[in-house]
Amino acid sequence: MGRYIIRRVLFAIPTLIAISFVIFAILDLAPGDPTASLPLTIPPEDREKIREALGFNDPFLVSWLKWLYQMMIVEPIFLIEQMFNITIGDGENRVRIISWSSRAPAVDTIIERIPQTLWVLGLAFILGIMIAIPVGVISAYKQYSVFDNVGTFVTMVGYSVPTFFTGLLAIVIFSVWLGWFPSFYDTTHVVDWTSWESIWFQIKQMIMPVAVLALFNAAALSRFTRSSMLDNLNEDYVRTARSKGLNENKVLVTHVLRNSLIPVVTLIALQIPGVFAGAIITEQIFRINGLGQLLISAIQGADVPMVQTLTFLFAVLIVIFNLVADVTYGLLDPRIRYD
Amino acid sequence: MATTREGVEETQDQTIESSDKYRSLWADVWRQFRRHKGAMVGLVLLTIIMFGSFIGPLIYPLDPFAIDTSQASLSPSLDHPMGTDNLGRDVMARVMVGGRISLSVGIAAMIVGVVIGTAVGIISGFFSKLDGILMRGTDMFLALPILPLLLVIIMLFRDPLREAFGPELGIFILVVTIIGITSWMQTARVVRGDVLALKEQEFVLAAHSIGSRKRSVVFRHIFPNVLSPVMVAAALGVAIAIITESALSFLGLGFPSDFPTWGRLLFDAQGYITITPMRVLWPGILISLTVISVNFIGDGLRDALDPKLRSQ
Repeated sequence: MGRYIIRRVLFAIPTLIAISFVIFAILDLAPGDPTASLPLTIPPEDREKIREALGFNDPFLVSWLKWLYQMMIVEPIFLIEQMFNITIGDGENRVRIISWSSRAPAVDTIIERIPQTLWVLGLAFILGIMIAIPVGVISAYKQYSVFDNVGTFVTMVGYSVPTFFTGLLAIVIFSVWLGWFPSFYDTTHVVDWTSWESIWFQIKQMIMPVAVLALFNAAALSRFTRSSMLDNLNEDYVRTARSKGLNENKVLVTHVLRNSLIPVVTLIALQIPGVFAGAIITEQIFRINGLGQLLISAIQGADVPMVQTLTFLFAVLIVIFNLVADVTYGLLDPRIRYD
Repeated sequence: MATTREGVEETQDQTIESSDKYRSLWADVWRQFRRHKGAMVGLVLLTIIMFGSFIGPLIYPLDPFAIDTSQASLSPSLDHPMGTDNLGRDVMARVMVGGRISLSVGIAAMIVGVVIGTAVGIISGFFSKLDGILMRGTDMFLALPILPLLLVIIMLFRDPLREAFGPELGIFILVVTIIGITSWMQTARVVRGDVLALKEQEFVLAAHSIGSRKRSVVFRHIFPNVLSPVMVAAALGVAIAIITESALSFLGLGFPSDFPTWGRLLFDAQGYITITPMRVLWPGILISLTVISVNFIGDGLRDALDPKLRSQ
């Protein structure tokens, strides 16, 4: 197992380098110019010097390797420095990835936006799991019952209807017609934990985005839980457990559920990066200024370094959680041997 | 020509009815498919939606592009069954035209994705030398952050393609291609798995030993046997492509407003959600109904094509 993990981690590095190459190559075609937003009074020759200094005229391979060095070495070191408040080497002289539009280091802006995204997405994700697993288990146990039929239909609908429609539908019903919740998310609101009013305001504005995303996450997961439970319910070991006189609860929870959850846990790990990608759409519906909104505005403003950093970050998430999924699968299921 | 064709079909029907012993594979699949209620409802719904989108605009009298600001932002009425938008254009006419584009994009992108996926799957399953590199490539594609990359690619190539092929065809080609080349990976994996299993079976060995060339083994023996997972992948592929296209248009980075798709209509309606909330619902409901129908059809196909489930 240990060797397997090491091999997978080592294999993740060339994958990430290949992905960074693809991302960088696509964005290298972008027509953006880092000096475009500078004052027009700057003479052309100085403008050219600025471009030169920013490395804009380097050949493709050189600028890619430079960016890779910044992304994979400079930024992580900087994060460690900030976290522990220490200095490693000549921290002052390292050049960080600078956004063309805000002129601040791209990673700093990203870190500022993470809490908004995590609050809504994280809560929705956990809520989704909490709904999905019981629904999937009961559906499978009472296969073809009314609960199962309704549940299967509802999850099929929830899985098919895109969040950008359920989100807008929720806004139409609950904000426009009923007026219960605000139609957009006010990220400037700082929760004052001593005032009920402030907490209530935060809850009210979070209900819709969280509910919409949670239902979407729950739909796919509960379908998967159901089919995984069904696979296990007909196994011989279940009959053995029943015939030796265990009560039904015990059979279901300690035998069937434990075995059925193995692939479910893997799927949960695999879904996490998708949740971040889903943020791009959800944040657009509810006007949450998180990571997704940052990406959209960076794309529209042709802010190449920001787009590169964010896209690469999404890729890192995917690679990491693929790894986590494979490793947990091996850890949870002793039948899996990777050697 | 037409009469002979009908004649053939008739005799086929008769043989199916008259003798229970002989049934063709597809008649069998169809018989099984009809039992799946969800799939049949989906098929009927999808047929209605396709009819409305492709034939509807020819019958429906109102022009989807005629601007009439005196009729702006009306609620649904007899004249305008789905109301009008902020420029007084008839929403129903626009939804019909939008469906035409959304469905075309979905089907075209699915074809691109399924063709690539099947080709990669068969090649890497059948030729073990290429397997390693093709599967590494597939893994890498799976690790790409698809949605952000799609957004970036559209942003970059929209204008050059619009200039090269005209505003409508250019964006259509762009969206179809990029959705197609980013959605083939699952198909490739499933097909490869099936080909690996098929390759070891006796009938393939027999084909090899009577001296069939590799090409004919692939096309005659391997390909027909992976058709069922490919068909399921195709059905689900349409759903994914329609959702992806709507998501891109919804983010304002897909089709332009003068060439609307359902996603674009949703995006345009979003700003007027307090004035004409119904405008948001129509395209959304149609996207959802289409995707649900297609997913149910996919479910039905999967059951119908699985010989283990097929009784008798």
